[in-house]
Amino acid sequence: MKGIRELLAEHPVFADLPEGDLDLIAGCGVNVHFDEGEQIFEEGGPADTFYVIRHGRVALDVHAPGRGSLVVATLRDGDVVGWSWLFPPYRWSLGARATAETSAIALDGACLRGKCDDDTALGYRLMQRFARIAQERLLQTRLQLLDVYGNPVGDGHVG
Amino acid sequence: MSVELQHAPVGGPPMVPSRHRVVAVTRELADTVTFELEPIDRALDPPEPGQFNMVYAFGQGEVPISVSGDPARGDTVVHTVRSVGATTQALCALGPGEVVGLRGPYGRGWDVERARGRDVVVIGGGIGFAPLRPIIYRILEDRQAYGRVNVLVGARSPETLLYRAELEEWRSRSDLSVEVTVDRAGPDWRGDVGVVTALITRATIDPAGTVAFLCGPEIMMRFAANTLTGRGVSPGDIEVSLERNMKCAVAQCGHCQLGPIFVCREGPVGTWERLQPLLAVRGL
Repeated sequence: MKGIRELLAEHPVFADLPEGDLDLIAGCGVNVHFDEGEQIFEEGGPADTFYVIRHGRVALDVHAPGRGSLVVATLRDGDVVGWSWLFPPYRWSLGARATAETSAIALDGACLRGKCDDDTALGYRLMQRFARIAQERLLQTRLQLLDVYGNPVGDGHVG
Repeated sequence: MSVELQHAPVGGPPMVPSRHRVVAVTRELADTVTFELEPIDRALDPPEPGQFNMVYAFGQGEVPISVSGDPARGDTVVHTVRSVGATTQALCALGPGEVVGLRGPYGRGWDVERARGRDVVVIGGGIGFAPLRPIIYRILEDRQAYGRVNVLVGARSPETLLYRAELEEWRSRSDLSVEVTVDRAGPDWRGDVGVVTALITRATIDPAGTVAFLCGPEIMMRFAANTLTGRGVSPGDIEVSLERNMKCAVAQCGHCQLGPIFVCREGPVGTWERLQPLLAVRGL
């Protein structure tokens, strides 16, 4: 059975990190499993742990009074769930729920923040990766907001 | 009175519509209809996937609509139309037995042949999935001639997902990978939420051996093509279909001109290698 370090080394977000970095990060991680429908964390709750998905599917949701939980994005194998653990006040801005059987590595945010403070090179490399993820999600969100599939005006297109 | 059918001669009257009768209507969405047409007095040449016909709602106007049916079925022509203006609104209100004018097929379609022996990625967004459907029919008719086939579909919401039952049917096949994502969804939606580029990132593809076919809003195609090239797919192996304002369909009126090309004649399909520089020019 593979250990946390080996699993992290196979994950696209961490795959090309130096060996020493992987050792440090792996020290903050444990394997977890979520059943379909299980809430992983709640919007507004303490962001003390984040997850790297090995297999499965996770929906990020926001609660709307009278409308229930609205899903804003879904994440899959190779994705990272959550970056609120990086920034004060360390509270989740969205909720997360497994929409399929999901295996993940849970990483202790406080543990990792401490290691990043002690080793700023590790912190920089990790921050680069999370900034990239945040940038991609921001772009995707903007594209969603553009409503590109909305009705064009007029008949001048090929249907 | 019986009328003998004959195919329009190649190079025949390009501006004269041939009357076709609506034989079946399928309400796809609140604003989108698929109808099947049979010729009354003159059958058109069989279309290639990606080609379009000019569809004339008598007394209303004429619009370019891609063929969305099975190209192997030569007896009827299938079009999927979304109501976005006066003419398409009139078309979407047609019932069985009513008559429209058709001329075509026009333009350059998808080069499905070049995908033989290679992997295929079909990426459709919104109504843009309609012109891609004939590719899937053609591949399924000769499935062993192609490698891995990924069908990636984006839509505004689950309620606006085109050909939903057919997608489910294709999804159940072991020789197709079908992934669907929507921009927004309620709590009942069990599928993916997000943009179609995320599906491209996750898809299992061999970039060097892949041919991709894209159709949808231009913004979607641009980001999708960039994601594909980012994964290593050659711009020459990515085909996109342009939505331009086609009026005459025979490269005379100039309404669809995109720089040096007339989309009605040299398009609507072209490679990303050729079209990306043109699409990068604002105002074209």
